[in-house]
Order: sequence, then C-alpha cells, then structure tokens
Amino acid sequence: MKTSGDVLDRVTRVPGVRGALVVAATDGLVVAEHLMDGVDGRAAAALAASLVGRLARTAAEAGLRHPAFVHLRADAGSVLVAPGKDDLVLVAVVGPEANMGLARLEMLDAAGRLG
Amino acid sequence: MRALEPWVVEPLQTFLAESSARLTLLMTSSGQVVAQHGFSRSLDVMTAAALGAGIVASTEEIARLLGASRFGGVVHHGMHQSCMLSGFTTPRGRWIGLVVFGPETSVGIVQLFFDQMIEQLVSAAPREHVPAPMLAENFESELNASLKALFGR
Repeated sequence: MKTSGDVLDRVTRVPGVRGALVVAATDGLVVAEHLMDGVDGRAAAALAASLVGRLARTAAEAGLRHPAFVHLRADAGSVLVAPGKDDLVLVAVVGPEANMGLARLEMLDAAGRLG
Repeated sequence: MRALEPWVVEPLQTFLAESSARLTLLMTSSGQVVAQHGFSRSLDVMTAAALGAGIVASTEEIARLLGASRFGGVVHHGMHQSCMLSGFTTPRGRWIGLVVFGPETSVGIVQLFFDQMIEQLVSAAPREHVPAPMLAENFESELNASLKALFGR
C-alpha cells in the first residue's frame, strides 16, 4: 500500500499529465492533489466524483459491473478517472500530447494501491 | 423557487440546476428570508431561517474566540440527507445560505456551485439601493408581503 502522495507522484511523472488528485468519491472532496497552475482541483474533484458515481449507477442499471476506468476526452485534453478502494478515486487531467496508453496503465496500477 | 428580489433568481436557479439541492434558503444574517426553494410551508422556512442564522452566528463567535476570522461554512452529514450552512458577503450585507441535499449529489458539488452562485450574486446585486431599517409598525405588513412573495399566497 502506498500513500496518496506516492501515487500522485507516479502518475504525474507520465509525460503530458497536468495534474492528478485523489478524491473521496462520496463527498467529491480532494484528499490529495498534485496539480499544475491553472487546474482547478476542487472543481475537478467534485465533478469527476459525480461523473463516476453517475456512471456506476448507469452501469449497475444496465446489469454491468462498476466502471474500472473512465476516459473523458475533450478538445484540449482528457480527464482520466480510476476508482480505487475505500471510496477513493484517482483523477488525472492530461493534455492532448499525453501518452494515453502509459497514463492509463499507471492510473490503473496506482488506483489499485490506494487505500 | 421564489425570491423577494428578481436579481437573485438567475444565480439561484443555476445553483439549483447544477447542484441538485433539495432545499435552499437564502437569508440575511438576521434570518430575514431573501429566497427559498423546496419549502412548502411558511412556518418551516421561517423556523429554518431563524435556526440557520443562529447557528452561523454561533460558529462565527466560536471562530472569533479561537482567533480565526470566520469559518467558511458548516456541513451536517446525515444518513439520508445533509445540510450545509455558509455565510457570505454581498453588496447588500452579510447573507447566509442553507442547503439541504441528498445522496444524489455530493458536498463537493454543492460547495463548488454554491461558491459560483455567490460570485454571481455579488456581481448581480444592485449597488444603488440599500434597504431601509424595518420599523416596528411596518413589521407585520412587511412580513406578510414577504411570505406572499415567497409562497405565492
């Protein structure tokens, strides 16, 4: 098991990642963050937690399992979300130049170490 | 949703749409209701306003005793619904927001959009008019007019 700081450090080392946060999923509040200037961590935490909660309910209604990874792609980058244990969620804000494959692998590995 | 002053409507409507709050009450620091959403009985809204204003006054006094400036807000977490109380400064003086929300949203979402509503209220508030102090002889008629505006009857 790693601390939230260790997990964030590892994720933010991936090229193109502008920041990462550990979020309390139920409350949508920031537990730990490692962000570049210009990224509103509080908003990212609240909205990403809400998104994951709604997607989880949608998946459950469709008879599917809890989402293991969420990739929200926008024009200027993406938001990646990986639910972890103990109601924690790992969120990363990445630019369009990011290595998405590596970012996804690191996120999934890091989320498994949360808690 | 009902408001005593029209410039409050749009910021409050945006907040309600984004936050999924069940009940919302905006009041002055003395407990005078400015706007409400979700309350169906005037007695409930007046009681909630009085209690909310009292709680915020108490927490601000505790903050003063502890040497802090002010607490940003207080959140009571419940099993089925939670309540957030937060004081904020507007061009019309110190106001208080009371928000009741359920598990369909989160405290993070409510706080995020509440802060955005404060920014919108501050920029929308008319600067020129300052309400006159309420006189005792006008109190009952003012109260009845406010209740009519807030509940439409």
